[in-house]
Amino acid sequence: MNPIEIISAILISVGIFFLFAGTVGLIRLPDLYCRMHSTGKADTLGITISLTGIALYNLNDGVTLVSVLVSLKIMTIAVFWFIANPTATHAIARSAYESGIKPWTKEGTVEVDLDEQRAKEQK
Amino acid sequence: MIEKNENIILKNITQYLVAFIQLFGLYVIAHGHGSPGGGFQGGCILAASYILMITTLGIEDTKKKYNEFKKHLFNSLGVFIYAFTGFVCLLLGANYLDYSGLSNLFPVDPIKARYIGTFVIEVGVGITVMSIMLTIFVELLTVKRKQS
Repeated sequence: MNPIEIISAILISVGIFFLFAGTVGLIRLPDLYCRMHSTGKADTLGITISLTGIALYNLNDGVTLVSVLVSLKIMTIAVFWFIANPTATHAIARSAYESGIKPWTKEGTVEVDLDEQRAKEQK
Repeated sequence: MIEKNENIILKNITQYLVAFIQLFGLYVIAHGHGSPGGGFQGGCILAASYILMITTLGIEDTKKKYNEFKKHLFNSLGVFIYAFTGFVCLLLGANYLDYSGLSNLFPVDPIKARYIGTFVIEVGVGITVMSIMLTIFVELLTVKRKQS
């Protein structure tokens, strides 16, 4: 293995670790805001690092004009993702807040009967 | 109906991203015969950039710029380009949509003429797909709900 392969393997592994952490958060955390918090940051970093590793690995077979152009396209995807994903997270979380979804609290873990709660709110 | 959104983050990011999305759509149309993509996919990407603009910046500006006349013009312009290219080939002595006939009109060999002809009809497909997608979206947004 030459140095480029080792460095790109490390970068892709670190990116996959962040993606894994974000996915665990998506499954395990209790409500929408916590899940947005988990995926919004971990996925952004994970995808960016993984794509950097892939772009580096693409230069492994020799630095020609074609391979440099392909690497530049991959890095453009990374930059696009780096800008678009936090913006989308912001938009979803903000619209959820404005449409009245309450953030999770410790009391919220108690099983709530929805019909009973609606009847209480109507009184 | 989508109202005007005053969120400064969404507004600024959308303004910067839309330019790159449209550039990518043009790239997909232009490289359709050499790589994955083509007129339909590129037109969809172009339409998606306009739909992103409508959902974040409000529909009022878009409705002003994309009026009835332009809607009908662009809907039929792409079909016209497609059919007209085929008809030119017919006039030049080849079959309908047989672009090698274009080599009589331009000083190129038949293979290059096929390349150019495919590119021209891809542009036509792209224009029509973009316009029809945008028309469907705008019509669905502005339809009046039935009083029930």
